[in-house]
Amino acid sequence: MSLGRFLVRRIVHSIFVLLGLSIVIFVIARVMPGDPARMALGARAPQWVVDRVREQMHLNEPLTVQYVYWLRGALRADFGLSLVTQRPVTADIQEFFPASLELVLLAGLFSAVGGIGLGVLSARYKDTWIDNVVRVISYAGIVTPSFIFAILFVLLFGFVLKWFPVIGRLSEHTVAPPTVTGMVTVDALLAGRLDAFADALRHMVLPALALAMGSIAQEARITRSSMADNLGKDYIAAARALGISERVVMGRFLLKPSLIPTVSILGLDIAATLGVAFLVELIFNWPGLARYGMTSMLHKDLNAISAVILVLGVAFVTVNILVDIIVAYLDPRIRLRAARSE
Amino acid sequence: MGQPRINSSSEAAALVAQRIRQLERESRRENLGRAWYKLSRNPMSVVGLAMVLSLILLAIAAPWVTPYPKHAGPFTDFANAKIPPCGRYLLGTDQIGRDILTRIIFGLRSSLLMGVVVLALVVPPGVLLGLLAGYFHGTWIDTLIMRITDIFLAVPPLILALAVASVLKPNLWNGMMAVSLMWWPWYTRLVYGLAVALRNEYFVTAAEITGASAGHILFREMLPNVLSPVFTKMSIDIAWVIIIGSMLSYVGLGVQPPEPSLGTMISDGARYLPDQWWIAVFPALAIVVVVLGFNLLGDGIRDMFAAEEI
Repeated sequence: MSLGRFLVRRIVHSIFVLLGLSIVIFVIARVMPGDPARMALGARAPQWVVDRVREQMHLNEPLTVQYVYWLRGALRADFGLSLVTQRPVTADIQEFFPASLELVLLAGLFSAVGGIGLGVLSARYKDTWIDNVVRVISYAGIVTPSFIFAILFVLLFGFVLKWFPVIGRLSEHTVAPPTVTGMVTVDALLAGRLDAFADALRHMVLPALALAMGSIAQEARITRSSMADNLGKDYIAAARALGISERVVMGRFLLKPSLIPTVSILGLDIAATLGVAFLVELIFNWPGLARYGMTSMLHKDLNAISAVILVLGVAFVTVNILVDIIVAYLDPRIRLRAARSE
Repeated sequence: MGQPRINSSSEAAALVAQRIRQLERESRRENLGRAWYKLSRNPMSVVGLAMVLSLILLAIAAPWVTPYPKHAGPFTDFANAKIPPCGRYLLGTDQIGRDILTRIIFGLRSSLLMGVVVLALVVPPGVLLGLLAGYFHGTWIDTLIMRITDIFLAVPPLILALAVASVLKPNLWNGMMAVSLMWWPWYTRLVYGLAVALRNEYFVTAAEITGASAGHILFREMLPNVLSPVFTKMSIDIAWVIIIGSMLSYVGLGVQPPEPSLGTMISDGARYLPDQWWIAVFPALAIVVVVLGFNLLGDGIRDMFAAEEI
């Protein structure tokens, strides 16, 4: 019950945040010098056409009225036409968002498995050479930006070792599975095409790993330190004194509470990955939302820019709420605190 | 002990004030010494400090220490293009024959400048807003400031910075403006959390009861107590700002060619992978070195302040 109220409050708050974000986006888009109608039509369009389009785009109305029109469109998922692709922005986003999502989800899987694995390893063998190696790796992961990992991976695993392809989502000889979700791996599985699934997965490994490196490092550090903290607590000593096997002590008593900080950081990291995916998608020529956003920014394609930022904002806010729910589920103390503060 | 003779109470007050100032000076000197001791106990922090100092010196002295200072400007030498690392060009030359080592060292200048300028622009307003929201905790001022902060924190800073940079004319200063516009809320939120806690401390209540003004409480009572976390965050953030700056210039929204910057060098070089790998890889490693230096130093500063607070 208290979790429900906590959730409602979070969602209401998020709606206000997103409304605020839409105002910020609108202001950024309108600050730009130049006439949006003229830019949409090109320099050679006659003035009377431009005037008519200005009328259609409500550019002659006051800014507040323009904002209401824009917001009404955004709520109906209508962001107008993209200048670059000459299609509705919504159609573009429907095409590109699944590609990004697929990549980010795999990156999230890598960071969960890699980060928690390395962290547990490091805590289990604390102050041995294994621990030291993991700590050096995680430091390197934290100080190296993802786009630099992307370039180094392209060079090393793509060109020198030739383990993985470095461009696009599928090889040329692979026939794409019919589009259902837009995520190639999922579509391939739905169509029962294991060859296409394997091929798509191979294309995703390097970009997803480049995106995940930073959060793998972060997760490993956090898991290690929270496990080390909990290891010194009385209940662990008590469990050992009772003769409970080391496996159970480590696995059930130590790991679960130690993962709470890891999970909350992991969620935020996955959401942040959507944001830094820009350059990684550019480098791997990945047809995702970030690359689309980047192209539209370089072409000053305002409708597309606004839509991309808003979609990313919604994704970010949603992930934050999900993380809150998971953490509240894992940690009864948070639920109790939320209930008490009501 | 030759105690001076005191003739009036105002003289006594002046003497006391003087003595307090002297004690303050001494304790400050002592604190500085202790801070250095704590920093120097961790060898990695000292390495970080040394790295940061030498990078700054290199950037300042770039025109005199680089082998080919001319290559930092609009210079082409197609006869010597794409030469792999060798004795003459330690890190090789790029696609139009410019020495990569020289351009990396010049590129450091805009990276470091970006870090310093962005933090200088961001920290004062961010801290001030956080203090105000914390001081007026529970009033409409608090609500207004923190709800606006929430909006900016709802999206990763890179995205909004890219969006702002894309509508402005692409150059270093507009890049800095774009990043600054997105960065202050992180300081506001940090300081807000601290300020709300400080608001209920006895020394703040005591100052209020004795009739101290809001300005006095904000800047003399609360501000000094939030500075160490702020400094710690700054020392860690500067690396982030440098990374974001290099991302902006990577996509062409930061420093414009022929002016060298690490981001543009990487994006130019990426087109010549894998055969002329050195064009992209060395600037990329340079960013890693810069970020590593600031991170090591930042960790040291964090440990230093954490210990100080106990």
